[in-house]
Amino acid sequence: MLESRELSCTELTEKYLNAIGKENAALNAYIRLTPETALETARRVDEDIASGRSLSPLEGIPMTLKDNISTKGIETTCCSKMLQGYVPIYDATVWKILKDQNAVLLGKTNMDEFAMGSTCENSCYGGAGNPHDPVRVAGGSSGGAAAAVASDLAVYGLGSDTGGSIREPASFCGAVGFKPTYGTVSRYGLVAFASSFDQIGPITQSVEDAALIYDVISRQDPMDSTCTGRKTAVVPDLGKGIRGLKIGIPREYFDNVPEDVRKALRNTLKIWKSMGAELSEFGMPSVKLGLPIYYILACAEASSNLGRYDGIRYGYCTPHYQNREEMVCKTRSEGFGREVKRRILLGTYVLSAGYYDAYYKKAQDLRGAVIRAFDDVFQKCDLILTPTVPTTAFPKGRTGGDPVENYQTDICTVPVNIAGLPAVSIPCGSGRDGMPVGMQLIGPRFSESVLLNAAYRYEQETGGEPYRVKGMGVDL
Amino acid sequence: MKYELICGLETHVELSTKTKVFCSCTTEFGGEPNTHCCPICIGLPGTLPILNRRAVEYTVMAGIATNCEISTISRMDRKNYVYPDLPKAYQISQYDMPLCRNGWVGLSDGRRIRLTRIHLEEDAGKLIHGRAGTFVDYNRSGVPLIEIVSEPDIRSVEEAVEYVEKLQMIMRYLGISDCRMEEGSLRCDVNVSVRPEGSDGLGTRTEIKNMNSFSHMTKALNYERDRQIDLLESGESVVQETRRYDEKTGCTEGMRDKEDANDYRYFRDPDLIAIRITEETARKIRAEMPEDPQKRLSRFQSEYALPEKEALLLIEHRKIADYFERAAEGLKNPRSAANCITGPIFARLPDENAKEKFQIAVSAEDLNALLRMAEKAGIRENLVRSTLEKMLDTGKPVSDFLSKEDLEGVSGEELKKFCRQAVRQNPAAVKDYLGGKQKAIKALVGAVMKATRGRADPQKAQLVLKDLLDRG
Repeated sequence: MLESRELSCTELTEKYLNAIGKENAALNAYIRLTPETALETARRVDEDIASGRSLSPLEGIPMTLKDNISTKGIETTCCSKMLQGYVPIYDATVWKILKDQNAVLLGKTNMDEFAMGSTCENSCYGGAGNPHDPVRVAGGSSGGAAAAVASDLAVYGLGSDTGGSIREPASFCGAVGFKPTYGTVSRYGLVAFASSFDQIGPITQSVEDAALIYDVISRQDPMDSTCTGRKTAVVPDLGKGIRGLKIGIPREYFDNVPEDVRKALRNTLKIWKSMGAELSEFGMPSVKLGLPIYYILACAEASSNLGRYDGIRYGYCTPHYQNREEMVCKTRSEGFGREVKRRILLGTYVLSAGYYDAYYKKAQDLRGAVIRAFDDVFQKCDLILTPTVPTTAFPKGRTGGDPVENYQTDICTVPVNIAGLPAVSIPCGSGRDGMPVGMQLIGPRFSESVLLNAAYRYEQETGGEPYRVKGMGVDL
Repeated sequence: MKYELICGLETHVELSTKTKVFCSCTTEFGGEPNTHCCPICIGLPGTLPILNRRAVEYTVMAGIATNCEISTISRMDRKNYVYPDLPKAYQISQYDMPLCRNGWVGLSDGRRIRLTRIHLEEDAGKLIHGRAGTFVDYNRSGVPLIEIVSEPDIRSVEEAVEYVEKLQMIMRYLGISDCRMEEGSLRCDVNVSVRPEGSDGLGTRTEIKNMNSFSHMTKALNYERDRQIDLLESGESVVQETRRYDEKTGCTEGMRDKEDANDYRYFRDPDLIAIRITEETARKIRAEMPEDPQKRLSRFQSEYALPEKEALLLIEHRKIADYFERAAEGLKNPRSAANCITGPIFARLPDENAKEKFQIAVSAEDLNALLRMAEKAGIRENLVRSTLEKMLDTGKPVSDFLSKEDLEGVSGEELKKFCRQAVRQNPAAVKDYLGGKQKAIKALVGAVMKATRGRADPQKAQLVLKDLLDRG
């Protein structure tokens, strides 16, 4: 549309900025807007179009970044009081790549503080609303990104997924959320929560968009030793036939799933069958270990990653103190929210002398067992299908109390991060409350082509309309 | 009762790689505070470490040179503790899979001090206490360090010092560190305990920190040994603690730091992948290493016919040993090169640091040219020396100071002429000689040497003189 000059990039950007101006207040998807940067990039793209240069696929496209992705010169807070006023002096690798492609950054999106949470309510800016029903949560931690994309206040957003933080809000908001294989997208510049789980990925309105973005950002990065990049591009494989594709259904993932969500998934399975996929059900008991393994290891890493916030170099510092110890102690007590403090304490505990073997080491061993269980399953099938979340988006404020109950929301998503696998959540109908239900497709490491192609075929089979709330946002 | 001292050392050596261990900032010492820094070494949110390959190679070199086993797989871990000079609140180090294990360092009496391990880690920044408050300088943050851990094999203060000197020599030889105690590029923590002589068990130990020279180390260890013995003698017991050496008082004092109570919560650093050292890599690193100083010592004795004492002086610093070998090349008497170095050249190098830097005005090639000329023309040693002094003063080559006639020497009729002149001008010496004082001839030889500005051969001059005088 940009190249055919139906619309200038500046016009497109202004449309998005106007829509955000009107609709963001109700959703709180964006916590920081960057109109000057956006319009300046748009002007540059328009000049390029005028000069006849052809555009790369993501050029001039209005998008967002989660507030834990470092942006040079633009405040990056992880939605924490602790990082108020922190302006990075360098760009995250993903943002550097996209900036080079003239991506139009509209702003930074809301999230649970330091990506810890499943509702986006642990944000120092207040939670994000679900575009399908703003009194319900958008999900988390990348809730702002999912809400922005599903309401078409951005074409796409980059989020991060440590235990489901891309897929779960995508499922709640009815968007596509893709978590790539660990190590295919650089983490450099992503403010660390749990380094061996964190992975950046896109939230989009279509699988094709997710594939396009993934192909662009999945590069090897000399700044991230754990990032080897992708093996093959996904986009050229989109549209291939999936007849005979073996999809495994592990029973354990459907435990405690309410009937309406179960029904939506059953309908989905019929569609897969009609498309020629071969479905098989089996047991995968190690999945049940997912939550404890995840919460022990992720909190352990977080306790170390978040140790640096002491008020000395950047971000929040307590105004009143007598000495250094008190300064650090008060800064951390005042700067971190409840959930973050809970996880730091938990993580410190499991790494402590005397508890290390019983918790950290054991969880590490079991992580190996989960990885092996997935390896075994992928000997028998190409992909695994599960619900993304056992429920649909619930009303805000529901999970104020019991953290363990909150953690249950992640039960279907965390095993993927434990094993470093790629997984995508795509909408598949709705629950009794009319809220979107998401299915999760999981593939072996580096199977992005097979995984996203299957999701793409499903999307085409079910209409191929963009996943967004009608009547919201720009809606071109 | 007699007591025996037992020490084990943890020696930190800063590696002299060009760049830091996890980023590309310079490792240069000093600089305006916080100018050798980047987002990575000040630990900004979202940054990740990238392991410096050279730092790994240097560590492996240190391991090979100290007879260690090199791990085919090793890992980096996080050591968590909170201190303002540690910007990430964890130090990236190695916990249970260090790069090198089970080595030893030989002392001059043949005893071996066993090494438990050598691992690679990052240095922290520095606190600067000023009137306006405490400031942090992160220039040193991320400089690569190796920690060399010895077994408690050291039995005297002298051995402890020799052990550290040996390490210093080895590391300097490899060119992997300048090992300057005063600048902190070599730092020792010594675990000290005493036990009644002849007993087997180990006593309660204390850890002594903050000794930034060999003399401080000697004083600190002597003090701590005596303190522990006094405690035991008076029926008290030694408390296990970290003690700091105070150079003003010469005493060690307990640190109120809660360091001993620290739980570092080590775990694998998820940001870094395993380090694999293949046979091939190890072989390449070995090939890059200079000759071991111990081997060089015996080679210097056999190849250059140097006495052990002199050879030792030369090999102690690699630059000097290399210089000697180039200066001695092709000489009939290589010892003359050694004498030039340990004499006039060493006289200009006031201390060990100056020797280590070895910055002198005369290149090894120039010294070699001087000595070759001297051998060819039979120039006397003191002329060689005085010429060398001039070269050292000015940095100019030998041809500026020795003329053609100098090189040709004095002989035949010319020598006779100088001898006759000496006889004429020194009647007293002539009288003494003729009166039976054989030694008086020396004064005459001296006069000839003086007149010829050292160009004459004193033995030949003596023969000519005797001939003149004996014939009357």
